This record gives sequence, C-alpha cells and structure tokens, in this order.
Amino acid sequence: MKEGNSKKVLLIIPSRIMVRGIEGVFNDLGEFRVEGILSDISRTSETRLKNMDADIIIIDPIVFDYATRPVGRSVIAEYSDAAVVALQTAVMEDDLWKQYDEVINVYDSPATIIKKMRSALTSRLDVPKSDSHELSTREKEILICVAKGMLNKEIADLYNISIYTVITHRKNITRKTGIKTVAGLTVYALLNNLIDSSAVE
Amino acid sequence: MNRKDKDASRIVLSPSMKLADLIELNYSLLIVLSRLGIDLGFGENTVEEVCRDRNIDINSFLLICGIYTYDDYIAPNELLRDGNPLDVVRYLHSSHAFYLEDELKKLETSLEDLVTPCDVSQKKVIFKFFSEYKKEVENHFAYEEETVFPYVAAMMQGTVRDGYSIEQFEENHSNIDEKLNDLKNIVMKYLPSVCDTVLRNSVLYHIFFLEEDLDKHTLIENNVLVPMVNRLEENERRK
Repeated sequence: MKEGNSKKVLLIIPSRIMVRGIEGVFNDLGEFRVEGILSDISRTSETRLKNMDADIIIIDPIVFDYATRPVGRSVIAEYSDAAVVALQTAVMEDDLWKQYDEVINVYDSPATIIKKMRSALTSRLDVPKSDSHELSTREKEILICVAKGMLNKEIADLYNISIYTVITHRKNITRKTGIKTVAGLTVYALLNNLIDSSAVE
Repeated sequence: MNRKDKDASRIVLSPSMKLADLIELNYSLLIVLSRLGIDLGFGENTVEEVCRDRNIDINSFLLICGIYTYDDYIAPNELLRDGNPLDVVRYLHSSHAFYLEDELKKLETSLEDLVTPCDVSQKKVIFKFFSEYKKEVENHFAYEEETVFPYVAAMMQGTVRDGYSIEQFEENHSNIDEKLNDLKNIVMKYLPSVCDTVLRNSVLYHIFFLEEDLDKHTLIENNVLVPMVNRLEENERRK
C-alpha cells in the first residue's frame, strides 16, 4: 500500500441493494471509493468501462450470459486493466470463480471485504514486466519532448504516431527510470545530458 | 517496526498497555507522541493514563498508533465511532508544522550540500525541482488547514455551513508522494559520481523516512479522519 489516495472502484452489479451495501462499507472505512456503477454489460456500458480509469472493478458474474461466464474475466480485460473482484450472489461452478483476482461473498464482514480488495490490488501489481531496463532511442526522443514541456498531442503530431503510443512510451519511461513527474523527468534528462540547461529556461 | 499480520505475533494495541511497551513494540511511535504533545518521562503509566492526563481522546490515539504500527491495519468500527475527530485533526496539524518547519528545511540544506560539486546547470535544475516540490506540499497542506480542518471543527460544534462535505476532500486530495519518489530515484540512481557517498546516503535515509511518514499521514487522513467525519455527516442528515 503505497499510494495514499482512495482507490477508484467501478461496480458492475445489477442489484441496487448490493450496490448500496458496498458503498456503505467503503464509506465507513475509507480507502476505496465507488466511482461508477453499471447495472449490465451492454454496448454503452462497455464505452464507460473503457473511459473510466478504475483501479479495481467489482462484478457480479450474473451480468454475463451462461456461455460467457467462464471467460468473464477476459471480457473485462479487453476494456480495462483494473483488478477484477467477483461478487458471489449466486451459486455457480467452482472453476468460474478462479479466474478473478478475488471473490467477495455477500456474507463477508466489512474488514474481510477491505482485505480482499487490498489483496486483489497487490496481485495486479505483481504482473511480470518486460525485462529491458535501458531507454530505447524512441523513448529517449519522447523523454526529451516531455522534459521540454511538450504535450502528448504535440509529441504525437511531431513523430506522426497516435496519442496512445505516446502514452505507452511515457509509461515505459516511468517504469524504467522510476520517475513519474514531468519536473523529475526534466532533471533526469539534464543529468543524462539529453537536454542542456537552455532547454529548461 | 511495521509488522506483518502473523496472527499470534500480532499484539492488539490496548488502553491498558504500558506506554513504554507500546514504544518498545514500534519505536517510530516516538514521533507520534511528540506531535500529540506527550513528553517522555511517563514512567510506568499506561496508554489510558497518559491520554487522560494530557486530555487526548484514547480512541483517536489508538487509531493513529494502529496505522503507524501495522501496514494492513483496518480501523475498528468502535474506535471510529467513539473517537474524537478533533484530536485526529490536532495530530495532523502538528505533523504539517513538523514537515514544513523541520523536515523539508533539513532536507533542503542537506541536498544543497550534496550537489555542491555538480555543474551550475545541474544544481539549478535540482533546486528548481525541489522548490516546486516544496510549493506543492505547502499548497496541499494549506488546503487541509484552511478548508478541511475548519470544516471538521464546525461540524463538531454543530455550526456547519452548507456546500462542503468530506467527499470533496477526497476528490481534491492530490498526490504529493510522486515528486518525493522522483527525488529518491534521482539521488539514488542519477546524480553524478562527484557527489559524496556519505552525504548521499544520509539524504536517502531522510527521504525514505519522510516517504514512510507521509504515507502514514495520508492513511490517517483517508482511513481515520474521513470515515469519522462520514459518520458525523450521516448523523447530521438524520436529524
């Protein structure tokens, strides 16, 4: 648990009572915050799922039809890389629950729910990362632009790549250097002679 | 220090414990004591006795110590219900003063010493970075001091003004740990080798300490203060 801010949670749960209950638990204990509620997995829900930057999703697998249920977790993965916790409101095959990062039972105590939420988040952080540690040439070019204060859109136009590619490069730069902020990347670029002090005014 | 949940080895912090034993369990609580105005020299007194003498709400005290001691601490309902948010606010307020007046100044001085042998342009960019970080921390604390704490005080007196709720605090609660983490990486991995290793280590120790302490500070805000005030707001609505 490093980040102090409360984690954003998206609920995909048709039952209003369950939704209110979960909101109540988070309200009592802080740490997690319900950012969005979907009652199904329709076309419009998919768009919201994609646009919302949730840290963790709680889903009642009842929203999937019978044939989709065994692959429910991967359906979510197409739209979001958040951790996914299943809410067990009905009896389903045992194997079905194993695909999720955690399973919350409707009889779990609030403390247990928080524990499971935390463990789901940690399990997501442990995902193995690519092994290269050095910045690639393209990443260096993009780092220089960032250090000079250019926006993602401007960088995308300059190199004729999509804005999503720029974001991916920036994520990789941060992962490799351990530096997150623009100000920090500027210091990095100068210390590594990628820019000179005139670029920093 | 931060013990993991190992069932049997986990000691439940209780009012009847000797305060000295509590410090023995986790010495980083020393800093909590000084922020709450509890001086050393408390002899054999228990947590409960010391809190009573100093007029500190025991529930809030136990919550703060719990968060400081156990990484996976979940605040018990009864403590949140019975605790006095004003004591939590008092604690948060004096840790703000501690960061701004002591810690950041010390860090700045030692960072200046550390980068003395660097080029002018390198120094310049590092100082600029640090002053931006300081500004960010000041703004972050100022919002809490000027908006959140007065709101909690008003809530306790029952003179709450409309239009604000603790939910807004959660939304405006920005991350101040990113720049400090960046500074750590810069000092550890990227400063030129002309910088003195001993100084470098001591700056790093300091950053690691601050990082952990600020992390606990935020947890106390999010997992103690916010849920306490949520309860008050709920009671207010029911009236």
